[in-house]
Amino acid sequence: MPLDPSYVGRTYPPSAEYEVGREKIREFAEAVGDLQPAYLDPEAAKALGHPDVIAPPTFPIIISLPAAQQVVADPALGLNWDRVVHGDQRFVYERPMRAGDRISAVVRVDSIRSMSGNDMINLVAELRTPEGELVCTAHSLLVARGPDEESDSSSGGAAAGAGEA
Amino acid sequence: MTAPRYEELAVGTQLPPRDFPVTRADLVRYAGASGDFNEIHWNERVAREVGLPNVIAHGMFTMAQAVRLLTEWTGDPGAIVEYGVRFTRPVVVPDDGVGAVIQVSGKVSALLGDNKARVDLTAISDGQKVLGKAVAVVRLP
Repeated sequence: MPLDPSYVGRTYPPSAEYEVGREKIREFAEAVGDLQPAYLDPEAAKALGHPDVIAPPTFPIIISLPAAQQVVADPALGLNWDRVVHGDQRFVYERPMRAGDRISAVVRVDSIRSMSGNDMINLVAELRTPEGELVCTAHSLLVARGPDEESDSSSGGAAAGAGEA
Repeated sequence: MTAPRYEELAVGTQLPPRDFPVTRADLVRYAGASGDFNEIHWNERVAREVGLPNVIAHGMFTMAQAVRLLTEWTGDPGAIVEYGVRFTRPVVVPDDGVGAVIQVSGKVSALLGDNKARVDLTAISDGQKVLGKAVAVVRLP
């Protein structure tokens, strides 16, 4: 079922505030095997000019993807979550996210397309502090595969033809 | 490692390539750290039921591996001002005591001025590219 194109431009309410903690940064950095001192040691971070330890580049997904769930879960939009795969992801950083940041995400539907039976939806999440400072913008393409595709057309095939602004 | 300086770069400058091994344990740990508990990343039965050849790595895990090339090269992850990838093929991670390897290489593809350089990354697993359009912009001293 094609998605409702009137959703393009729709903005969802801000996600609950997420407080970035030093130990969460450490846990995430260890999980991806990226052990830069700037993530782990406040003094090393300060030596690089950061006020506190900073988060790895893909850390903001912890905030942006749950925020995107409210779009995916919106029954009126009609996206079938069981068939959704992550097509692409891009972050634009105004500054590194860091320990002590309190961040909430506002998600906007940027575009909706249908191709080869797949629904493609581009979401843009702006991650801001309570003062309104933009820290990071996360662009995500979600692809909902059409029903009963052959088994080897996984995320790759769908996403590869997706095109990009 | 000495941090690269902008004026030393040229289009085509290669970054030191790296091989990053991935095991099931890594995926379980990433699931916990990221909050993404989709079963296709740790449960072989579920992965096969949805038509995958085996358990696959989280796309975001693979994205995080590829950017390690840049965090190590620059020595300051804060140097990265933009980073994007397309998830073109899954990294298949068998439970065979070995797992998979993600081979990452990169090269400077443009000098953008204002001390910013664009770097194109390539990530290969099992002989196939697993990321498309993996591009970052870094700001260097």
